[in-house]
Amino acid sequence: MARMVTTQRKVISTAAAWLVGFLIFFPILWMVLASFKTELEAFAIPPSFLFFHWTTENYVTVQERSDYFHHALNSIIIAGGSTLIAMLIAIPAAWSMAFSPTKRTKDVLLWMLSTKMMPPVGVLVPIYLIFRNFGLLDTRSGLIFILCLGNLPIVIWMLFTYFKEIPKDILEAARMDGATIGRELIYVLTPMAVPGLASTMLLNLILAWNEAFWTLNLSTLEAAPLTVFIASYSSPEGLFWAKLSAASTLAIAPILVLGWFSQRQLVRGLTFGAVK
Amino acid sequence: MATQQTQLLARTLLTPAVALLFIWMIVPLALTIYFATLHYNLLDPGSESFVGLENFRYFLTDPAFLASLQNTLVLVGSVLAITIILGVPLALLLDQQVVGLSIVRLMVIAPFFVMPTVSALVWKNLLMHPVSGLFAWIAHLFGLPAIDWFNDAPLFSVILIISWQWLPFATLILLTALQSLDEEQKEAAEMDGASAISTFIYITLPHLARPITVVILIETIFLLTVFAEIFVTTGGGPGLQTTNIAFLIYSQALIQYDVGSASAGGLVAVVLANIVAFFLVRIVGRNLEA
Repeated sequence: MARMVTTQRKVISTAAAWLVGFLIFFPILWMVLASFKTELEAFAIPPSFLFFHWTTENYVTVQERSDYFHHALNSIIIAGGSTLIAMLIAIPAAWSMAFSPTKRTKDVLLWMLSTKMMPPVGVLVPIYLIFRNFGLLDTRSGLIFILCLGNLPIVIWMLFTYFKEIPKDILEAARMDGATIGRELIYVLTPMAVPGLASTMLLNLILAWNEAFWTLNLSTLEAAPLTVFIASYSSPEGLFWAKLSAASTLAIAPILVLGWFSQRQLVRGLTFGAVK
Repeated sequence: MATQQTQLLARTLLTPAVALLFIWMIVPLALTIYFATLHYNLLDPGSESFVGLENFRYFLTDPAFLASLQNTLVLVGSVLAITIILGVPLALLLDQQVVGLSIVRLMVIAPFFVMPTVSALVWKNLLMHPVSGLFAWIAHLFGLPAIDWFNDAPLFSVILIISWQWLPFATLILLTALQSLDEEQKEAAEMDGASAISTFIYITLPHLARPITVVILIETIFLLTVFAEIFVTTGGGPGLQTTNIAFLIYSQALIQYDVGSASAGGLVAVVLANIVAFFLVRIVGRNLEA
């Protein structure tokens, strides 16, 4: 039974939680508001909170002046592509380790985890030179490749922890009934694994979408995803707050929605199952 | 035999992932080690020559290295302290009965999903701008002088932004851990007349020890190589005041094109990260057996 909570205590914790939540969320809210102001109002002191001349003009300008959709499309292709390829490589690997573990499975898993610990900056030089020599700089395929490898350990780990939770008895029953491994994989395992697969994909999409080390260093224009596009607003001559806000709002909106759906999986994925 | 077949299949399925990760780990690392022993500047092609440990001597005795190492440690330490010290009470608060908890949770977790370049630029301009920023206006309301954040306290400004990004992460993990805490244990303690404070110290805090360790280790791994936030706000400056190891290596590699020295720096970063990784892998490994 839940503990009895006095009404007074509930009111206080509710008020405190809402206040803190609002404060933490405020920078995002402020940015969204600024995206609907004119440049003059976005810059104005004292600032106006709600009573300003609402306009969607910034959203139009952002597209016209800097080809927002080109970069959004890059983000979608790079994040989506790297996620799909990582899943294709990770599903068989995680399946194998979860259902046919050997003595070395634990070591293999921990070794995979340790590859994620490698700071990207430690291998920046060789990766940059390899990319330059193979003409991969500022290409989507290059970024897809690198982000896929970077997130592969997390994907395998998450899938492994989900597959582990599927009861083995079911597989044995299927085997007794004469199911081949292929059939077992498609008809028994896959339906049970769908929730785990979905949340793994979701988390990986978020990580790839927001990745801002390799994208900043390996792309400039043609393949530049939204992280790089937003960074171009940092130059002093490009300081248009309302337009920066509009571009930023568009850049984070889809991922905020996805992220809110995947809060729980986030903990599992980013702690490698150490906190559940 | 079926089991042998299964095992063979299992190994075949595992191979691509292992092979790819192995190549991904070993090839760039080997190249980094190789480059680190060369005099190699992209602006001066054809002059590559073996110089042994000269690059390490150069990198490690460069005053910029000590400055950036210090900045890295201050940045990691401060963000860890801020996110844990604020994260614990915040997680405790969200563990209470709160009306509309799911909405509050959404608001608290949101910053974690904002891409680093967006959070850095929004904070730097909309909030921390010395004239038109919201903070300047609030300071003005209270009759205080506005702070020129990125000039007067550049490293602290970067720390503030990064803490905002990572506070949700710490809170979410601590909250998840709190929710697995046995409610009956707390009830029993209350029935025995334990005060809220001693319940916290003797029951809740020990329970949080492990998740706090996990938060510290994971955040450290990411924070050691903070890059985008510095890249778009300060560019490492003024002077070297916000240059961390990651940014120093970047500027040696892609601004000065000094491949040899940057590679030596890269290896230093790898060693630093590995010290942390060693402990994290042990904790995760212990959990794998349980």
